[in-house]
Amino acid sequence: MSPLFALSLFFVYGFIAWTVYISFTKSGVMPNYTFEGLSQYERLWATPRWYVALSNMFVFSALFIAISLAIGIFLAILLDQRVRIEGVIRTIYLYPMALSFIVTGTVWKWILNPGLGIQNFVRKAGFEDFTFDWLVNSNYAIYTIVIAAVWQSSGYAMALFLAGLRSVDDEILKAAAIDGAGAFRTYFSVVLPIMRPVFLSTVIILAHLAIKSFDLVIALTGGGPGYATDMPATFMYSFAFQRSELGVAAASAVMMLATVIAIVVPYLYSELRGPNR
Amino acid sequence: MSRKNLSGIVQQKGTQHVVMRTLLFLTLGVFCLYYLIPLIVMIATSLKSLEEIRAGSLLSLPQKVTFDAWTKAWSSACVGVRCDGLQPFFWNSVAMVVPAVTISTILGALNGYALTKWRFPGADIIFALILFGAFIPFQVILLPMARTLGVLGLAGTIPGLILVHVIYGLAFTTLFFRNFFIGVSSGIIQAAQIDGAGFFGIFFRIVLPMSLPAIVVTVIWQFTQIWNDFLFGIAFTVGDSNPVTVALNNVVNTSTGVKEYNVDMAAAIIAALPTLAVYVIAGAYFVRGLSAGAVKG
Repeated sequence: MSPLFALSLFFVYGFIAWTVYISFTKSGVMPNYTFEGLSQYERLWATPRWYVALSNMFVFSALFIAISLAIGIFLAILLDQRVRIEGVIRTIYLYPMALSFIVTGTVWKWILNPGLGIQNFVRKAGFEDFTFDWLVNSNYAIYTIVIAAVWQSSGYAMALFLAGLRSVDDEILKAAAIDGAGAFRTYFSVVLPIMRPVFLSTVIILAHLAIKSFDLVIALTGGGPGYATDMPATFMYSFAFQRSELGVAAASAVMMLATVIAIVVPYLYSELRGPNR
Repeated sequence: MSRKNLSGIVQQKGTQHVVMRTLLFLTLGVFCLYYLIPLIVMIATSLKSLEEIRAGSLLSLPQKVTFDAWTKAWSSACVGVRCDGLQPFFWNSVAMVVPAVTISTILGALNGYALTKWRFPGADIIFALILFGAFIPFQVILLPMARTLGVLGLAGTIPGLILVHVIYGLAFTTLFFRNFFIGVSSGIIQAAQIDGAGFFGIFFRIVLPMSLPAIVVTVIWQFTQIWNDFLFGIAFTVGDSNPVTVALNNVVNTSTGVKEYNVDMAAAIIAALPTLAVYVIAGAYFVRGLSAGAVKG
């Protein structure tokens, strides 16, 4: 048994160590194992494109998480009102999660394209001056990624919250009703505070999805126009496999890992320590 | 799960109740449309001719249904320089997903079993380390993996891609089985041990047969993840060995010739069909996998 554990841990931690080491060397097209200190990080942080990628990641993550949470909670509360066809509706809300981000990107690229998509649709409906060209506008293209990502993942947030709502003890709800609290008060001051752990894990999962987002960007905008919708994941890929700057690519991958560690490790620590000890 | 016996919450009487229920269903319906419209647009567009797409509008239904776009997407659309449609790449994905799911599920079951039922010193630490492996951004292992595949002679091949999916799927499969086995009583296993059964004997004769629910959840999760993967596919395969997601992206982004939106949409549906089918058939297990991936260790 232990060889299997050793091997799988090696492929994760050994490889991370390799990437971290490469980020401290002067590797270019080929790996070069001479230690060089922080020069790749200096180059990374002197690259304007890296700042675009970082700011895109923050804008995208913030909007994506906030909107998905809002839609998720809202729909979960609605579905919790003893809706008879709940199963069917839940299936509809959640099916985008079964799709590949490439499929999602392809569909939204078609819907959002200014020529024949929504813009054309509204213009034909009589609003000749209507403009919706976010997909090809470098200032707004990042928001099209938010639109597609929210469409795909908000049902997931709904499912997590619904499971959370179902685990709230009925006695507590009854007590609130006896005390004369209305539906709104019950949810806002009783139910949602109890669900704090569900909030936390949903945010962590969505944040983790956001930091890793690669497929959707490639399929929807290809990182463009120019590199306006670049994110750390696409930045890393393009420096590693297209521009053959292994050192900078490794350094950007290490920055991504550090971000994920900062978010996930405290969460995992509290999850593993918490209830069963 | 239902709350039939619950009295109190959101239960007004009379007209106010009727109004609230109507509003509730209206809102739920609007959101159904929100999630369904892209799928409807995708299907409708794939059944239209190019002329109809240019003349009509995004939401109109096809006037004259044609399956030309489907035939083209499946067997003659150009992916890069090769014009055999998605078909060869679809079979690449099948050839990749079947062994990758099978192997990673079996190894995950073994891992989970060893971590819970054959407790050894450091099992908790090893589990924590494996669990974190489920969260790492894969960018951090792309470069060493590319070199390793090169050294093994597997660069750009489907077996190479299978290996990658097995290795990085292990964190999830181990997590699923570990969480399942931790709720299974150790009594039978101890009894079998006393009777002289070994690690693998117990695994195959006792543990595996009773872990069917965990196997279903894991297989569905792994199937969806691996079929939908794009990053490993684009980083570790070339041309002829591309999985269907990479080929779809290439079809859509082929810049030569006229942009055929109907073919793009048909190709997207073809690439999505296997995971959609699994979702429709086994939705409950899919959801269970999603929430198991979400919570607890």
